[in-house]
Amino acid sequence: MNFVFYLTSAIAVVATAMVIFHKNAVHALLYLVTSLLAVAVIFYQFGAPLAAALEVIIYAGAIMVLIVFVIMMLNQGDSTVVQEQTWLQPRTWLGPALLSALLLAQLILLVSSGKISSNQTFHYIGPKQIGIALFSHYVLAVELASMLLLAGLVGAFHLARRKKIDSEGSSNAY
Amino acid sequence: MPIETAPGLEAGIMLSSILFCLGLAGLMMRRNVIFMLMCVEICTNAAALMFVVAGAHWGNVDGQVMFVFVVTLAAAEVAIALALVLQFYHRKHTVDIDQLNELRG
Repeated sequence: MNFVFYLTSAIAVVATAMVIFHKNAVHALLYLVTSLLAVAVIFYQFGAPLAAALEVIIYAGAIMVLIVFVIMMLNQGDSTVVQEQTWLQPRTWLGPALLSALLLAQLILLVSSGKISSNQTFHYIGPKQIGIALFSHYVLAVELASMLLLAGLVGAFHLARRKKIDSEGSSNAY
Repeated sequence: MPIETAPGLEAGIMLSSILFCLGLAGLMMRRNVIFMLMCVEICTNAAALMFVVAGAHWGNVDGQVMFVFVVTLAAAEVAIALALVLQFYHRKHTVDIDQLNELRG
C-alpha cells in the first residue's frame, strides 16, 4: 500500500515538473492531467473517494478541457515552441527555482522536525457524511459558493465578449 | 473506520509542499499567461491535497468539505482567468505577460 503511495507521488511530482518546464502548451496540459489523476489516486488511498471522484470529474475533466479549448482558440501554431524556448532560458528560471527550493527545504525541515502525530491511521470518510455536513452545517457556505459560481459565469461572459478595438488599443463600443 | 495501511501524515504534507513549491516556481519562471494559469491550478490543487490529507488523518469531514469549496473556487477562477486571457490575446496578439505594462508599474 505504501509502495503505491510513493509510486503515485513520484508520478505526480515528475508530471508537475514536466508541466513547468515543457515548451508545448498542449503537452504540458496533458502532463498536468496526469498529475491530477495521480493526486486523485492519492485521495483514494487516504480514504477520500468523493474527493478522488471530484478531482477526476471537475479538475481533470472540466477545468482542463476549458484550458484546452482556450489553447485551441488562440491557435498559435508551432511558433510558440520556439518562443517558449527563448523565454525559458536558464538565467530566467534559475532564480525562481532557487527561491522555491529554499522555501521547500524550510517546509520539509519544519514538517520533519516537529512531531505532528504519533498514530498513523487514517479514517475513511464517505460521500454520505460529506453530504450531510455540506447541507446541514455548511449550508450557508454552499449558498455562497453558488453565488461565486454565478458571479464567475456573469464575469466570464462579460469579459470574453469581443469589443471593437480602435487603433489606440482602448475599447470604444460597449 | 480507520485505515491502518495508509502512509503517514508527514508524507502527505511533504507531497503537498513539493507540489506547491513546483507550482510557485513555475508561476515565477514562465512568461506565457496560459502556463502561469496552469501553475496557479497546481498550487490550488496542492492546497486542496493538504486539506484532504489532514481531514483524513483526524477523521474530520471538514477537510473534504473544504476540498469541495476549493474545487468550486478553482472552477470560477479559471473561467474568469481564461476570459481575461482571451481578451488579452485579442488586444495584444501575444500571450506574453510582460506586455501588460500600461500601468507603468
